[in-house]
Amino acid sequence: MLKVSIYRYNPETDKAPYMQDYELDTQGKDLMVLDVLELLKAEDATLSFRRSCREGVCGSDGMNISGRNGLACTTPLSEAAPKNKLVLRPLPGMPVIRDLVVDMELFYEQYKKIEPYLQNDTPAPAIERLQSPQEREKLDGLYECILCACCSTACPSYWWNPDKFIGPAGLLQSYRFLADSRDLATDERLSNLDDPFSVFRCHSIQNCVNVCPKGLNPTRAIGHIRNMLLTRAV
Amino acid sequence: MVVVRTVTSFGRSGTFDWLYQRVTAVVLIAYLLFIVGFIFLAKDFGYQAWSELFAQRWMRVFSLVALLSVIIHAWIGLWSVVTDYITNRVMGGKATALRLFVETALAAIAVLYTVWGIEILWGV
Repeated sequence: MLKVSIYRYNPETDKAPYMQDYELDTQGKDLMVLDVLELLKAEDATLSFRRSCREGVCGSDGMNISGRNGLACTTPLSEAAPKNKLVLRPLPGMPVIRDLVVDMELFYEQYKKIEPYLQNDTPAPAIERLQSPQEREKLDGLYECILCACCSTACPSYWWNPDKFIGPAGLLQSYRFLADSRDLATDERLSNLDDPFSVFRCHSIQNCVNVCPKGLNPTRAIGHIRNMLLTRAV
Repeated sequence: MVVVRTVTSFGRSGTFDWLYQRVTAVVLIAYLLFIVGFIFLAKDFGYQAWSELFAQRWMRVFSLVALLSVIIHAWIGLWSVVTDYITNRVMGGKATALRLFVETALAAIAVLYTVWGIEILWGV
């Protein structure tokens, strides 16, 4: 029998959040955490969580799984509950809307700040803006981010200043555009990041690298941004 | 894009603060290694050797640079701590007054130590 402990909170009826215990017969199968949630929801329809693609592409079901942020749909029980005890909490530091559903507003606000779109004022060519294979290679390890927020909500600097520090997810995306040969707004982008909070609240503790379900490295991207800022400034 | 404005950080710019934090760290490690090395390697280490060392101008300047490095390094580091933990987002309006008070106290200590340090270095 799998023991599952889930963070429950319904602001309309509960005074405070609490942990609710469930038991589930997994029939010896190594289910994904999302499968467990679906099976439990079939029994208890009030249990709330986000999910969509159930294959690690949409980034909806980021949550804290037995103490570590990850995607419920790609985390197997053998990893999350080796002793048959699974603990599920919402992403840390985010306002809880209900149960495992968190308010992502500030997270998207930070994403919006880095202007996540190509900026290029030159006349568009007839077909497309070409890149050499080498230029395209620079985007590998950056474009794969699905904005699940596992990294930013594992970052203490983001917990303290989610309104000022862009956070690992936003900064990885920021570097994705700084590194893009087709983007011409590099200088403006860097100027927008030069304050003491946006980038420099990162102290390189690499919690983001540790939890990223896509195996990306935001700390390295932040290091590249720092080098670009420094190169421009000294 | 909304840029965060700060007037109490050391250099107003994150890049500037980051660079100074590292440069001062290098100065401090050099000073530390020198002082520890002198204590253990100097022949007949005692009051005589110590006062002769600090009687030289280059040592006073080196010490002053190290002292200023401590002040700058501490300011950048403690400013980060203060702006991490005393935030309006968590504490509301009173955080502004509290943060300003702590920053002013830190600045006063920084000035006090700088002046006091110069007095000591050039006073003996």
